Amino acid sequence: MAYSEKVIDHYENPRNVGGFDKNDPTIATGMVGAPACGDVMKLQLKIDANGIIEDAKFKTYGCGSAIASSSLVTEWVKGKSIDEAVLIKNTDIAHELALPPVKIHCSILAEDAIKAAVADYKSKHNQ
Amino acid sequence: MNYFELFNINPEFSLDLDLLANTYQRLQQLTHPDKFATASDRDKLLSVQKNAQVNDAYQVLKSPISRAEYMLGLRGLELRHEQQTLQDTQFLMQQMEWREQLEDIDGSANAEDQLAELDDEIAQLIRTQVASLAEQLAINNEQANLACADLIRKLKFMYKLRQEIARKDEQLNDF
Repeated sequence: MAYSEKVIDHYENPRNVGGFDKNDPTIATGMVGAPACGDVMKLQLKIDANGIIEDAKFKTYGCGSAIASSSLVTEWVKGKSIDEAVLIKNTDIAHELALPPVKIHCSILAEDAIKAAVADYKSKHNQ
Repeated sequence: MNYFELFNINPEFSLDLDLLANTYQRLQQLTHPDKFATASDRDKLLSVQKNAQVNDAYQVLKSPISRAEYMLGLRGLELRHEQQTLQDTQFLMQQMEWREQLEDIDGSANAEDQLAELDDEIAQLIRTQVASLAEQLAINNEQANLACADLIRKLKFMYKLRQEIARKDEQLNDF
């Protein structure tokens, strides 16, 4: 199966790989996994007092599409509020990266990682 | 006819793998398209279909995970095409740690030992979880079936990890 140019770009030059201290109150951590392929994704967001995402980092063990999907969302969420970030849909990710149908679950993983991170932030701050 | 019926075995998780393999060989030969070279087009087509079904059935039944998944499917709980993500943070953190640990194993002198140790640890955990899966599958009520689904989803990450360990082992041996 051929990967799209955008997937290859993100796979070869992943943006924002790494992590933050998950115990820091300004850090939100989203952990998700795809049982179908055993991919594991961690997305961390650094959120300021106004609920704006200042920075994002990810670590993904999975295929090129999963890595590209998470790399892309770290770029997309920066500067957005947490309420805007959760509006990012897997279909937007799949469209941007031209993912084939068999790789749609990778974009679902990335969408769910954002939601999981925001849920983690809200539970940390009792919202 | 489901795969268990096709192989004429009880629809149980614990099965005799030798018997399964023998039955597979026999059904393979019986349905092989070469046997139908002079048959009617309809029978040729039927043999091709039957032969493919025998192959599919064997692939599904021989591995514990796909067998368990298939059994849940027969009970109306379909996991095979689900795209739902797993969000058990503690479980996933552990998965991530093991993958990081694997990543950190390099070409040093004791790399092989480290790989073997990690692989043993994972294999042991898989054995324990497959044993729980067998117990839960035997209960066969809604709650137990849901517990099976959870075990299967998690086991898939464990199997994937062992594949990654095996792949690393091959890479290290290439040097």
